[in-house]
Amino acid sequence: MPEYAVPEYAVVHEKPRSFYSLYERKPELQHQTHYCPGCGHGIAHKLIARAIDELGIQDRTVMISPVGCSVFAYYYFDTGNVQVAHGRAPAVATAVKRSRPESIVLAYQGDGDLAAIGAAEIVHAANRGEPFTVIFINNGIYGMTGGQMAPTTLLGRKTTTTPFGRNAWNEGYPLRVCELLASLEAPVYIERVALGGNRQIMKAAGAVRRAIENQVKGLGFSLVEILSPCPTIWKMNPVEAQRLVLGEMTEAFPLGVFRDRTKSATVRPAAPPAPPLAEIPRILGLTEGCESTPSQPAGSSDWRIRVAGFGGQGVLMLGEILIEAGLEAGLDVSWLPSYGPEMRSGTSNCHVRLSSGPIDSPLVSRPNVLLALNEPSLRKFLPTVAPRGWVFYNGTQLPDGCERPDVQAVVRPFTEIADRVGDPRAANMTMLGALLGATGMLTEERVLTALRRKVSSGRWLEIDQRALDSGIEAVIKGVSHES
Amino acid sequence: MPKQLIKGNEAIVKGAILAGCRAFYGYPITPASEIAEAAALYMPQVGGVFLQAESEVAAINMLYGAASAGVRAMTGSSGPGMSLMQEGMSYLAGAELPCVIADIMRGGPGLGNIAPEQGDYNQVVKGGGHGNYRTLVLAPDSVQEMASLTELAFDLADEYRNPVVVLADGCIGQMMEPVEFPAAVAEPRIPHWAVTGTADSRGNLVTSIHLDPDELEAHIRHLETKYRRAERKEVRFESWRAEDAEVVLVGYGIVARVLKAAVEQAREEGLAVGLLRPITLYPFPSVELRRLSRRALAFVVVELSTGQMLDDVRLALEGRRPVDFYGRAGGNVPAAEEVLAFVRRICAREKRAREYMAHA
Repeated sequence: MPEYAVPEYAVVHEKPRSFYSLYERKPELQHQTHYCPGCGHGIAHKLIARAIDELGIQDRTVMISPVGCSVFAYYYFDTGNVQVAHGRAPAVATAVKRSRPESIVLAYQGDGDLAAIGAAEIVHAANRGEPFTVIFINNGIYGMTGGQMAPTTLLGRKTTTTPFGRNAWNEGYPLRVCELLASLEAPVYIERVALGGNRQIMKAAGAVRRAIENQVKGLGFSLVEILSPCPTIWKMNPVEAQRLVLGEMTEAFPLGVFRDRTKSATVRPAAPPAPPLAEIPRILGLTEGCESTPSQPAGSSDWRIRVAGFGGQGVLMLGEILIEAGLEAGLDVSWLPSYGPEMRSGTSNCHVRLSSGPIDSPLVSRPNVLLALNEPSLRKFLPTVAPRGWVFYNGTQLPDGCERPDVQAVVRPFTEIADRVGDPRAANMTMLGALLGATGMLTEERVLTALRRKVSSGRWLEIDQRALDSGIEAVIKGVSHES
Repeated sequence: MPKQLIKGNEAIVKGAILAGCRAFYGYPITPASEIAEAAALYMPQVGGVFLQAESEVAAINMLYGAASAGVRAMTGSSGPGMSLMQEGMSYLAGAELPCVIADIMRGGPGLGNIAPEQGDYNQVVKGGGHGNYRTLVLAPDSVQEMASLTELAFDLADEYRNPVVVLADGCIGQMMEPVEFPAAVAEPRIPHWAVTGTADSRGNLVTSIHLDPDELEAHIRHLETKYRRAERKEVRFESWRAEDAEVVLVGYGIVARVLKAAVEQAREEGLAVGLLRPITLYPFPSVELRRLSRRALAFVVVELSTGQMLDDVRLALEGRRPVDFYGRAGGNVPAAEEVLAFVRRICAREKRAREYMAHA
């Protein structure tokens, strides 16, 4: 027996448990992957599967397979699998992880997928610090589609779409993803590794494991870029391809850790637990609302109202108060605004209907009430008012060219009246008061109830109430309808 | 439940949550933004997810992720955003994932404007993405239906494992009407095929790739079978004084509301006019149109477009009756009086034709 000690070791030839024992994609080749000899995908797959085994997360893992050579990753990984559209893995992974925070989501992406068509998705997922793991395979070429240029193709390299070699003037420079993403605040861990030989592969194994372990620990976004050989498309033998990774590619894409905040990163706070189902109607505000207590009007009514004025005059609000009060009075109601950028500056108007019968169209093309808070609105809508309809105008007299002897016009300086009782911006309420006073459309009590529901500020509620009263007075006390 | 006075866009979100929707991924766009805003307010409060995506491309793929994980999920958008989502819709249909997409249509093409239009019909109803797929399409004409059809949309999406679109226009999205919500609140359930990161779901796979032609054809036939089943079972429409109508108006969304007013006015003038309002745009109520054609002399399609649903009406009628078209576009909504003027001409023409036939 020799005196010296023989180290004990055993060579184990076995697949990680996270791989299927048979690959069913090709019935005739159930023990082989579909990857070419010397391809980096097989190695990367193994590193991932080992990490899954070591971390004991096989049941929790959801693989997101991309478009590209690794589109069929789900034939190998005995985990949950979701195959997605080209470049969209980070968006899909975002939602899987947010839907199932306990799952371990691994997005596996190639260079065309991640750095070209999916550039927006990866940047934003990283920027949100989505707590999943991205394994990014960079082989500088589109493999599955037969050798077209990738965003990471090295300068001067010929591909089927750069037949004269990649030219920076025409195609720009190889995109450095890790450097780009490391400029963001949120990512926790970003490292670039390579498969250019055993030493590099051992280092890559550690990086892959860390990137996944970060997720198990609940830390944020982790990405490992793996420089990977593609001998078939590069038109080299596997050894030459590995040398190219070790040399030229590593020069263009420096290896290293670009971000490591695994020690300082904090776990993303869990979302608050879901409330009991019975609570949901209350949360949605469905338990409060309008219990209509029909009391008025006695006869049938069909008010077709157009409210119009400058943005900021409370045109839409006036309409909302009308329908709130109308609904409570047992009427069918509708409110349709003219919406868009105009509501911030120019003119604003809304269609309001209050009817004792069901409302067919919420559009008011022939109003029987026009509430015009300014002159342009009067000029625009006066011609549409139905004969014997009401026109309320904010002014001292109807402007020239606005004669409609067949309508009932109520002209008052509503803004001034509002100003006198507290704020000129309550002109909409003085006009509403006038509408109630002149037409008896709704009782003041109904409108006050609606106001109390819609106006949260106590000060404004007071002003609005005074404005409403003074509007009613303005028609009752004032001269009857000028027309 | 007491009646709520809320905007159509908000009704969609409340209806969705009552239906068990617990995820909203979307990108703001006028006139659909209130959907995202309401979802941002309510989703976190009900244990759901709200995320403003970086684009509609990302948003629709987030729906793909949420649906894969077995969550009832939705998004809301308008024309330009819908165009971006077509890729994802094709993948969702291919992978048989349920989700709900609300399209609050605005003026197009291009940036167009933000006023109401119905120009997305072809893109949504015929399928703007690649491949042999359909989306089921529901067309509300009131705020009440914005809520109730959204709830139905989630059930149909699960039943058929397919995206369902709630196709409305800027008017229906922006207007307020009373809504009565159901008292029942659906419990979110995880479908058996979902990939949820658990031992039970480990064997599950969501994919739309079938490399072998026979395998893909079988998959396409399987999808086709589902669509045929929907065509048999899910057709919905509203018939409004159409039974004795000589001229049947056909319109959906806000147009149908205008047409109801036009029908009432026409009836007051003694014209036998009615309305058929498709509630499902796919599957389309073709059988009902053919049935009405036994009595009706002519059909008038009215749309906020240059004529997109028009093709489906013509296909349904197979030349049995004349089909006329009245369309406004660019954000203009016709007044009932405007449609009535057109309908009067059609009625007069049909009367002349009848008299001519009687003399011939």
